[in-house]
Formats: sequence, structure tokens, C-alpha cells
Amino acid sequence: MFLEVNVTKNFPGITCHAAFSLDNKQCGVFGPSGSGKSTLMHMLAGLLEPDSGYIRLNGRTLFDHEQRISLPPDQRRVGVVFQHAHLFPHLSVQRNLFYGMNRLPKEERNIDPDHLIKVLQIDKLLSRNVTKLSGGERQRVALGRTILACPQLILLDEPLSGLDGTLKYQIIPQLQQVFAEFSIPMLFISHSLQELRMMTQEVLVMHKGQLARQLATEELARTSFGTGGQGYTNLLHLEEMEDLGKLLRCRWGSIPMMLVKAPDQRPGEFALNGRDIILFKKHPDASSARNMLSCTVRRTYETDWLVGVELECQGCQGQSLIAEIVPQSVDELDIRPGSEVVAVFKASAFRRLY
Amino acid sequence: MLNLSPDDIQAIKLSLQVAITATVIALPPGFAVAYLLALSNMRGKALLEGVINLPLVLPPVVTGYLLLLLFGRKGWIGELLDKFDIRIIFTLRGAVIASAVVGFPLLVRSIRIGMEGIDRQYIQASRTLGAKWWDTLFTITVPLCSRAILAGMTLMFARSLGEFGATIVLAGNIPGITQTIPLAIYEYTSTPGGDSMALSLCLISILLSFAVLLIGEAANRTLTGR
Repeated sequence: MFLEVNVTKNFPGITCHAAFSLDNKQCGVFGPSGSGKSTLMHMLAGLLEPDSGYIRLNGRTLFDHEQRISLPPDQRRVGVVFQHAHLFPHLSVQRNLFYGMNRLPKEERNIDPDHLIKVLQIDKLLSRNVTKLSGGERQRVALGRTILACPQLILLDEPLSGLDGTLKYQIIPQLQQVFAEFSIPMLFISHSLQELRMMTQEVLVMHKGQLARQLATEELARTSFGTGGQGYTNLLHLEEMEDLGKLLRCRWGSIPMMLVKAPDQRPGEFALNGRDIILFKKHPDASSARNMLSCTVRRTYETDWLVGVELECQGCQGQSLIAEIVPQSVDELDIRPGSEVVAVFKASAFRRLY
Repeated sequence: MLNLSPDDIQAIKLSLQVAITATVIALPPGFAVAYLLALSNMRGKALLEGVINLPLVLPPVVTGYLLLLLFGRKGWIGELLDKFDIRIIFTLRGAVIASAVVGFPLLVRSIRIGMEGIDRQYIQASRTLGAKWWDTLFTITVPLCSRAILAGMTLMFARSLGEFGATIVLAGNIPGITQTIPLAIYEYTSTPGGDSMALSLCLISILLSFAVLLIGEAANRTLTGR
């Protein structure tokens, strides 16, 4: 257990309580606004004192109400990346970056700044004025600034929600790379399930100030698709793009897929909405859809109006798709775990994320 | 055109000396009080704010009289200072104290508004990056409200140049010792034939105030532009 938390904070009309322990180094906090995510973050960072409980990080007590321990933020070694970056406007990018590191004893500086700057691709920004940076640049500098302070835990407070769609997905691979290379534990706070699925394996779900659940991020995505308006999004890493003239052929694991031709032919992460997948009992004779996969039903997830059908694609172990269909279709096609079906979706159903 | 006697020149020098000293000595406590009012969770903020702002609403003569009671030979502070042979009444020190007290609320108010405008997350970011509170104060808070500090100092300096009521009660109107420009003008206006001398000092007063505003504005631009 690297992080053990049991904290309570009372506000007029609402009590915020969270008790959990984490092994997983890439964990998320999920919940709508007002669910207590930020309160939890502030308590972990030492910016808000809980009314009772304890916080332990790598065996070090950061807060303990009974022992009257409450380390100030500067001694916690808990870094925060804020939603709007909050780079110091009176300092250059370079001085922002090294603000934390310069305050750390030399023997504790265990991150190579040059390497980090290269990974984050901010080498060209160093002499710039922070007010002249774009949203994505600002967020990368903010992340660099936090990492260079060599924290034992990084809290990312909705770091992508200030960025527009394309930019958001461009920055995700960089985030993934940084956290993989420098192996710093993080708590990714977000109200976007999609971001959490790309950044974390485990997630804490906050609801009305309380920690409601702690589960695998994918599990949360599969079980909660009916509640959000957007449905379930399959995330597929597609590679080996091959230009067929009017279509692109690519590979998802060992399964070939057809995509509408696009100028960007790099391998990347694609979204496929569960509602865009049609299930057939038998292989259709002819269809305008370019992708047809023979699958076995692994599980079904029922919500009030929709059923999520998890499909294991034949010839491809471990990879699955989720199709969303209505309960009547489940009955008519007699879909249950073990049934054989054909999943059909169009070449135009894919949306590139990054 | 300007008709200045040696006493007038001395009055101008004294005015500048009093205004500069009052502004400089009021700055550290002014900053501290503004910090308490804007950024701390201290109790009794309203009371502190009321006491600080009192000189702003009281007639300066009343402020001067209260200071006279405080710093007089029988006053709390006066008695204490008397043991060290330090005199305040009818000295330049008295003029400085009168200006500092009267200008103090202007300084505090300006800095406080500047500090309240700082997004707290800058301060939080600095703390989580390992800066102690005083480190954050000097590397983040002060630079981010530097324009407000400058504006407060300009206001206070200008107010001190014009301070009359509290000064005349606490420091008197002694030419060459405590007579600043406003006091000199006052004396000329009550002396027969002093009109042209009063007018010259008025002109000097206008020029000085204008210079203060211009310098303040120029410094403000430098701070904004960086």
C-alpha cells in the first residue's frame, strides 16, 4: 500500500468522507462536479485540513488527527497539476519549471530535467513568456514543473478539461509516456470517464461527498455506460495502416479493420461507439458495412433501457468490444454468454482520438 | 516667477523628507496588515479593519489630537519614549508619525485589494512545489501584487505631501523644523501680503503631486509590461 487514506471533512449541509488504500500507481478519482473530488485533492495536498482521520504516503504520516500531525504542503511531497495550469505569470517558462526543483535538497533531485523536457517537448518554450503559451503547452509546462519537484504522488485536477477535443487527445500519449518513464504514482481527478480509461487502471468513485466505489476503470466504464448520455466508447489501438485507395486497412491486435481514408495515417487510438455496432445471428450475405467480426458473447451488462454485450472476437484473445443494443434484440437473438454472433460496423464509425 | 524664501525651500525639503519617511516606515506594517486582512483566516478581521480605517473617516485634527494624547509626556507611548529621551511632539518625528497614521489606511486598502485579486491557486501551487509560506510570500505574493503596492505607496506619498490637520496638532508649525508646504501656505494666507508667496508654494505643490503621479504611472507600466 503506497497510499492509505481515511479522512472526514464536515461542511455545512454535507460531509465529505473517503477511506481507501491504493496499490495501483495509476489511479483515478471519478465523479460529477460537487461530488467531493476537489475536497479530497485539497486534503491530500495539505491545502485543506480534514476534521478527522489520517493520510499516509509510503509509510510516512502526512496527517493524523489523533497524533496531531498535519504536515504543511511544502513538506508533503505531494505535487498538484491544476486545471488551468496556474503557471506563475511573472516568471519565465524556465523559472516556472525549476521553481520546485530549486527548493529541493540536491541529493533528493532524482529526475533528469533535460530528459523530462525532451519527453514533454517543451524545449523550445523555455525562454518564452508564460502568458504567450497555448493551453496544451501551458499544461505540459505545469506537469513538468510538478514532476521536477520530485513528488512521491502527483494529483492531477482535471488537467485536460480546459483543453479542446483534439488537443486533449494529443496530450494524453505524452502524459502516458511521462508517467510510464518516470514511474511517479498519480491520482488523476476527472469527471470524464474516457480520460480516466486512457490514463488509469483503477478508479475511486465519489458521490455526494462520499467514496462510493473503488474498482477497475474498465469495469466502471462497462457497468456505467447506460447512465451517461454518451454510451460506451470502445477504445481501439489501430496500427499498420495500409492505403487501399479509397479505404484504409489497419490492424487491431491481429484483427484486420477497415477505415474511411484520412490524411492522417499514423497508428493511434480510435473511438468506436457501442451504439454503432450491429449484431447479427448469422453472417450477412452482403452489407455496405466494411467490418464484420465473428464473436462470442462473453458477458452482458443490463441497464434500464440498454444492454451492453461484451464480445470476444474470434482469433484474438483478451480483446473485446462492447455493443449496445436494446433488451428486445437480446431476447429475439437469444443473446447470452457463449452465444455466437457477428458484429458489424461501418468503416466510418471510427473516430481518431490521437 | 517663483518667489521662494529660504524657509520655503526648507519647507519643500521637509515635506519630501516627511512623505518619503512616512511611506517607507508604513510599508512593512501596511503590507503585514493587508496580508492579514486579505489572506489569513484570522478572527476579528472586521475590528482590525475598522481601527485601521479610522483615520480615513475621522477629521485629521481629531487624529492629530488622539496622537497628541498618545505621544504626549503623559501619554502611554510618550511616557515610555521619554525614558529613552525621545521626543515626538513638535519635532519632525511627530510630522512623520502624523503623516504615516493618516496615510496608512490608503496604503493598506490598496495592497489588500491587490492581494485579494491574486488567484489563490498560485499560492497553493507554490506551496505544493515545496516553498515555505515566507518563500511563497516573497516569490509569488509580493510580485503578483507589486502594482497594488506601488499604487498604495503613490497614494500614501501624495497624501503625506498634503497632510495638514494631524501634523499641525502633533508637530506644530515651526519654520525650518516642522513646517511643511501645507503649513507654510497656511501661514502665508494668514499673513498680510503673503499671497504671492502662497501661490508659489501652491505651484510647487501641484508640480510635486503631478510628478508623483507620473512616476507612479511610469513604474506601473514597467511592471505591467514585463
